[in-house]
Amino acid sequence: MNAAAAVLAICQVVVLVVLSPLLVGLMRQVRARLEGRVGAGIGQPWRDLRKLLAKEPLQADGTSWLSVAAPVVLLVSSLLVCALMPLLGTVTFTRLPDDLFVVVSVLLLGTVAVALLGLDAGTAFGGMGSSRHMTIAALVEPTVLVSVYALSIPVGSSVLSRIVEARLQDPARIAAPASLLALLALTVAVVAETGRLPVDNPATHLELTMVHEAMVLESSGRDLAWLELGSWLRLGALLGLLSSLLVPWGIATHVSVAALLVATVALTVKLAAVGALLAAVEVSLAKVRLFRVPELLAGSFVLAFLAVTASYLVVQV
Amino acid sequence: MSTPLSSSVYSQLVGLFTGVLLLSSVLIVWRRSLTAQIRLLALQGLALAALVTVLAISETSAELLAVSGLVLVLKAIVLPGVLWRAVASDRVPREETPLINTTTALIALSLLTMLAFLVSRPLVALGSGPAIAAVPVGVALVLFGFLVLATRRHAVSQLIGFLVLDNGVAAVAFLTAGGVPLVVELGVSLDVLLVVLILQVLTSRIRTEYGDADLADLTELRD
Repeated sequence: MNAAAAVLAICQVVVLVVLSPLLVGLMRQVRARLEGRVGAGIGQPWRDLRKLLAKEPLQADGTSWLSVAAPVVLLVSSLLVCALMPLLGTVTFTRLPDDLFVVVSVLLLGTVAVALLGLDAGTAFGGMGSSRHMTIAALVEPTVLVSVYALSIPVGSSVLSRIVEARLQDPARIAAPASLLALLALTVAVVAETGRLPVDNPATHLELTMVHEAMVLESSGRDLAWLELGSWLRLGALLGLLSSLLVPWGIATHVSVAALLVATVALTVKLAAVGALLAAVEVSLAKVRLFRVPELLAGSFVLAFLAVTASYLVVQV
Repeated sequence: MSTPLSSSVYSQLVGLFTGVLLLSSVLIVWRRSLTAQIRLLALQGLALAALVTVLAISETSAELLAVSGLVLVLKAIVLPGVLWRAVASDRVPREETPLINTTTALIALSLLTMLAFLVSRPLVALGSGPAIAAVPVGVALVLFGFLVLATRRHAVSQLIGFLVLDNGVAAVAFLTAGGVPLVVELGVSLDVLLVVLILQVLTSRIRTEYGDADLADLTELRD
């Protein structure tokens, strides 16, 4: 069990490291085409990474060890999330299952690392970005927990792999109202967590609106490459989780070469579809004012909360 | 009981349509624009009609099927249509600022949902089956309607709140008793229609008098 889980975890990490930059590239390309631009091609994020990795990181005066450690912490936490989540298969370690609370706390570790990085250089933009980032994170966490909790009630387990397995065996569960409400809430939470429109615009460096970009403004070279890769991996893993919950077909329930190959192809197709859809929706959205973000997130929290009440409704019957 | 619907499909459909009822009323509170609220109200009427149809098919009652047609015409088409006309002639911006901000209202909704589940426990204990288990949704709709009535200032929003309340009352009636007799249903529907028509006329009068349908302006007595 553990050996199989280890193989699966390594495969997931490798596949996600390869796919995530391509996913970001695809999303940028879809956006560009819909806006009537030619676009840089889906390989551009990979080329950016290669360029940044070859460069020496420069530290601003007065920064502490945090500036060096935070990018690595973000990258490691993202890799850990990729290894744990049910993206390619649902085989889990016996001692460390991909429990909801484990995954959320690992995600938070990366969030806090980036926020500290933003504060470390002592610049105005970094602090502003960190403060916004933590506000959004504090509002998103309850939604993520409550919505996955709603999904876990019918299964009776908060381990993500068990939830995905149960949905694979009984597809009627996916269309249940509680599950749809919870997925809708989770989608809003994921969009906010990964800093996409309408919460944060990843494509601008406009000083008054940026959140994620403001925090990584002081980083350069390899550090910036780790930060970018870390946040892309988070996007890939969270979108992968969403697609696993929504369309669980193709995911491997045991570890074999054939099953993993099928799962990799399925994950690629699912990620491409979800990413293209998200990018297409983003074109028609404007960024909401920061003061309206709590409104959006409160709405998604209410949806998650209703999903919990609705799951109890179904359980009672 | 020989019903054309298998029990699992029946319970899924009841769950789905009550879910849409609840979701649409949450979105009514969430959205600011009146036109979006009216569209959601029409969706809610549609969900209510579908719910009644499911109940009618499961109980093989032709009378209930006729009532579902009535609900469809009245709550999904006529009433939203009347409100739409009231808003369409409005030239002022169709966004409004409620008395409490949307975030607070949404949190209040989750508390009201909990309250609805708590107060309807005696009702749920009366019977078993998916329809009875969904009664709290109807009660929640009634409470949401009151919330909208109490916190919105625009006359049309208040009408929307009233109609959400009415949908909640109707949902509770259908879910607990399989509906009321056809004559009573007709009477109630006519009543609601008249109330909405009268209030719509009143709204347009308020607008011609004050240039806006904001009820906060109606603070002084005039002759």
